[in-house]
Amino acid sequence: MGIETKQEASSEVKGSGGISSGHDRLPAGSKLRFFALAATLLVVVPVVLGRSPYYITVLTNAAVLAFISLGVWVTFSIGRMNLAQGAFAMVGGYITAILSTRYGLSFWLCMPLSGLVSAALGAFVGWPVLRLKGVYFAMITLSLTEAIRLLTLNGGDVTKGATGIVNIPRPGAIGIFGLTIVPEFSGADPLPFYFLACGLLLLGIVAVWRLSTSRLGWVFRSLRQNEDLATSIGINVGKYRVIAFAICCFMGGIGGAFFAAYHQNIYPASYTIADSVNFMLYCFLGGLDFILGPVVGAFLLVIAFEILHAVQDYQALIYGILMIACMLWLPNGILSLAVRRSSRESPARK
Amino acid sequence: MTMAILEIQSLTKRFGGLTAVNDVSFSVEKGAIVSVIGPNGAGKSTLFKLISSFVSPTSGRVDFNGHTITGMPAHEVARRGVVRTFQETTIFKEMTAMQNVIVAHQLRCRASSVGIFFSSATARADEERFQASAAEILDYLGLGPVGQMIARNLPHGNLRALGIAVALAAEPRVLLLDEPFAGMNIEETDAAVKMVRGIRDRGVTVILVEHDMSAVMRISDKVVVLNFGTKIAEGTPSEIQQNESVIEAYLGRADEEIGH
Repeated sequence: MGIETKQEASSEVKGSGGISSGHDRLPAGSKLRFFALAATLLVVVPVVLGRSPYYITVLTNAAVLAFISLGVWVTFSIGRMNLAQGAFAMVGGYITAILSTRYGLSFWLCMPLSGLVSAALGAFVGWPVLRLKGVYFAMITLSLTEAIRLLTLNGGDVTKGATGIVNIPRPGAIGIFGLTIVPEFSGADPLPFYFLACGLLLLGIVAVWRLSTSRLGWVFRSLRQNEDLATSIGINVGKYRVIAFAICCFMGGIGGAFFAAYHQNIYPASYTIADSVNFMLYCFLGGLDFILGPVVGAFLLVIAFEILHAVQDYQALIYGILMIACMLWLPNGILSLAVRRSSRESPARK
Repeated sequence: MTMAILEIQSLTKRFGGLTAVNDVSFSVEKGAIVSVIGPNGAGKSTLFKLISSFVSPTSGRVDFNGHTITGMPAHEVARRGVVRTFQETTIFKEMTAMQNVIVAHQLRCRASSVGIFFSSATARADEERFQASAAEILDYLGLGPVGQMIARNLPHGNLRALGIAVALAAEPRVLLLDEPFAGMNIEETDAAVKMVRGIRDRGVTVILVEHDMSAVMRISDKVVVLNFGTKIAEGTPSEIQQNESVIEAYLGRADEEIGH
């Protein structure tokens, strides 16, 4: 034990002492990595794959799924396994669907509103439910996904039941003084949606990175490590749990709004328990210790799923085996391969 | 006469049929070191949880500086200045010692959550203050050299000091120490006794639950003895050492246990 302790200690000494002074869970050069990712998504991919709508569609999906999973990652940071993210994406999607088809509200207003409604619902439900821990919280959130699905199925005229809401308008143009900043989204060109998806994802990464490295991130982690101790030093545990959960639900709502406008429809079957589980799996696969974990996980799994399309009959089987293999041999996620043992935080899998 | 900073009035706590704390009253003078002793299961830890509002009493109340704190959320009681430590070495294991103490400065945070997110000037000033204050607390408790170590790798002796450092960062007026000397050898206990006195000299009133009788007798201004949840004696260490019912409660092992 002595040797290991020493190694970890000495690697820690090199890190910064405080909380805000740049101590984060990304390896050194994280800004560089981020800009590399941004350049790849915004420049390289459109140039190389711009003419093949299929790939752009796959990557658009992956980007928004990664964005939604980032929210789940935030709830992991307070030590809760959230299996309700599908429900909050569904809520966001229906809010956008209803507001845009019934009241003709612009997508650009619907999207933030969807996020806010999901966050408010998350705070309302989260206040009592977040007292639960571990498998109990996971089970409650799992049933929440199902509850929201049933709610939309039986929503009568508001949600249109099993027929769902169709013909949701695409995002319109944004202009100031007659100058068009964002052109109207058309069905023919997948690139505008792709850019919107990447924009959301990059913004989400920056926001979560900022959150996680700021004092708030440390408060969240203190909750994960010991709620009683956090209470004893005056941290309002209930309040911060709800803040973290509401941030998560906000991101779910935004993602749901995107997909509603992207697919131009939403049904009660749009988000099922499997989707909620997938959002969590992306986090696991990429690595809970890393902000980019859910992003890496989402892109890998979504792309792998598409590649496995070729062997259709065995797709689900191979997918499942891959998942089990990853969990067995890479319990800290794929990104743990890239990072040496420095400043590791054990994941919240209590 | 010095003013009572903490007034415990007829506190009772029942868990089902079991009365863990039964009608306990005593007061704690400002700047004192008060020890609560008693055999295992006497209700000492429950009493601590009642004072720090981690558990609410069946009846009775606790007044802090003349205001009733019973029934307040535990984090609010901590904010007012009644801060507890834990029996086990309870710390944030995956953070460095330094980060443990910096996080514990949350109460002194002036920036709003939004300000923290956008790294406002207030938030940056906060962090600078916390960093300096945390370094000072770590040095004071002899943890300066291990400040950058991940807490779970710290030696056992340092863990308890870190637990106290975390509590001190919350700027307590009254500090509740749960068995601060447990498992220590004589030299370690001597050092810890000095440390507790030092904390008192910083203006913090200290209440401790402890098994180590010789340490309790050396350090305390007042000793409160519990047995089966009931207060059986209260007084200076020398009064307690001669108290008949206390000796009885310790079942004749009084001579060695009470430190004669």
